[in-house]
Amino acid sequence: MKVAKRTFDAVIVGAGGAGLRAALQLSEAGMKTAVLTKVFPTRSHTVAAQGGVAASLGNSTEDNWHWHMYDTVKGSDWLGDQDAIEFMCRKANEVVVELEHYGMPFDRTDDGKIYQRPFGGHSMNYGQAPVMRSCAAADRTGHAMLHALYQRNVRANTQFFVEWMALDLIRNSDGDVLGVTALEMETGEISIFHSRATIFATGGAGRIYYSSTNAFINTGDGVGMAARSGIPLEDMEFWQFHPTGVAGAGVLITEGVRGEGGILRNDAGERFMERYAPNLKDLASRDVVSRAMTTEINEGRGCGPDKDHVLLDITHLSPETILKRLPGIREISIQFAGVDPIKAPIPVVPTCHYQMGGIPTNYRGQVVIPKDGDVNSAVVGFYAAGECACASVHGANRLGTNSLLDLLVFGKSAGETVVEDFRTGALALKPLPEDAADVSLARIARLEGQKDGENVHEVRLDMQRTMQKHAGVFRFDNLLKEGAELIKGVAARAASTEIGDKSQVWNTARVEALELDNLIEVAKATMISAEARKESRGAHVRDDAPDTPEHPNGRNDEEWLKHTLWYSADNRLEYKPVNLKPLSPNVEPIALAKRTY
Amino acid sequence: MSINRGRVRWHCRRALLELDLVFARFLESQFDDLSEAQLADLADLLLCEDHDLWAMVNGRKPCENARWREMIGLLRHC
Repeated sequence: MKVAKRTFDAVIVGAGGAGLRAALQLSEAGMKTAVLTKVFPTRSHTVAAQGGVAASLGNSTEDNWHWHMYDTVKGSDWLGDQDAIEFMCRKANEVVVELEHYGMPFDRTDDGKIYQRPFGGHSMNYGQAPVMRSCAAADRTGHAMLHALYQRNVRANTQFFVEWMALDLIRNSDGDVLGVTALEMETGEISIFHSRATIFATGGAGRIYYSSTNAFINTGDGVGMAARSGIPLEDMEFWQFHPTGVAGAGVLITEGVRGEGGILRNDAGERFMERYAPNLKDLASRDVVSRAMTTEINEGRGCGPDKDHVLLDITHLSPETILKRLPGIREISIQFAGVDPIKAPIPVVPTCHYQMGGIPTNYRGQVVIPKDGDVNSAVVGFYAAGECACASVHGANRLGTNSLLDLLVFGKSAGETVVEDFRTGALALKPLPEDAADVSLARIARLEGQKDGENVHEVRLDMQRTMQKHAGVFRFDNLLKEGAELIKGVAARAASTEIGDKSQVWNTARVEALELDNLIEVAKATMISAEARKESRGAHVRDDAPDTPEHPNGRNDEEWLKHTLWYSADNRLEYKPVNLKPLSPNVEPIALAKRTY
Repeated sequence: MSINRGRVRWHCRRALLELDLVFARFLESQFDDLSEAQLADLADLLLCEDHDLWAMVNGRKPCENARWREMIGLLRHC
């Protein structure tokens, strides 16, 4: 197959918030910048973000970045790197105000400032009281952000390659990154994008789970590409779950339903939360409710023919209350569960929402790997930002509204680093190896020629079910051990997928098979990293690491205050220290403590 | 000029899970039977913003364009 070559100063993969913010930095600096994206930029999953973006502007209540930093470190269960967290919290006001100047229609106070609202986990004065820190544009913050950034990029002459799927990272024998190969969906042709700098901003991979709030587009393409090219993945055992997604669909049922009196029941109709949280019952915190639901299901008290979900019951509420207070929930339930919640309970299950781990980066957006005795050695020419990257600011658990902040701050930071390296001459256009496209061509050729292979849909479903059962919101040693073997088996099958449609033009079956190659890397990383971490921390909660006086919340800092690094080639795990030192010498570290709210 | 079905199929990949789920059912049950004219209407509808499209599909918002009405009806009931 003929492979065309295109040359740019920088190539960015992904056109969600992080990719667009990075691209803007480069294009405005005059760099020739290409952005590759599977879908039109304003159809990226950033659109789904509703909550807002955190910044200690102090417009609605007193606030400062030190308090935000404290909340973020505590939220991360002390697994977040404090240099990166300081950087993010200090930069928050700057990137939000910048966005305002780009035309982002933030909600306003009466005196015209950006209105801010409270959000879970954000506090004033180091946990003393809730603070109003979230800047939002009604319930369409992500949507408005993407539009503002996209329009600004058009003005700056960023070159978009829409409906192009990046396939593989190109590295030379020194390990430097020289660009990517990519598939143009309209023609089926493969091209090389040769560049001085490559920035990954491909989002998360929440589709590895059977129940996920993520759109279908979230297949972890950048994370998979990085893993296949030898870059380790950091802290992939940490995934944020929401307790009540519609079973079999993943669409969220808001906590407000339980606030209005919704009751969780098992197959016997029992209000099981009374046993787990006698005081708060169904209104206990997300993690407590999720764990209780998982225990009910694992112990055989789940509902339905496969006993794989529990029921959220609001049939005791009057139809008037449901119609008035929860109209959206009724629509979702009818549409995706086939159940009218006025008449019957809604099947629900803990649902994957956000990927805390990813491609290891520093606060400057450089991808960093262990090399020559340095655990954070920068990979020449390679950068990452947003959900695909692990800076690590979210550590073991992300606070709401910090994800949009992450993509703005680190999208910009990665862009600034590239511009600086470009201007100082540190970014050369290095010669491409002869075999630059061979890996991608071999993958395509295998798919073309595969006989008696595996069905893509079935393998993906088996992966999702394995992840849901064995590495869900509440984790058990025996299930994780079994899961590690099972997921390797699923990965072996993913290597021999077959597609019926061999056409070149708009072959969506081929795209889905290629996406599965990325998903399966993330699934393996998650399962194997989770099996190995023998403590509970943040979103990684193990049955055999309970809350004890010696290890509060099951967290074991003596042995496990460290980042996981997983290598795809041999499923090897390494660890590196958490950076407990803030960026600035005059900023006090946030000392280790039990995470309680 | 005829519209490429694969292209329209890909454009059914959306930013919101809710829409992905509706379109997954639609692609499975109805997409292959669409006429050329219906396909053109669908391609036009798919240019909508996701939040607006979801609001029309779930009935919170009236269909803004007569050309989209048939497709919205099919999506609502697939």
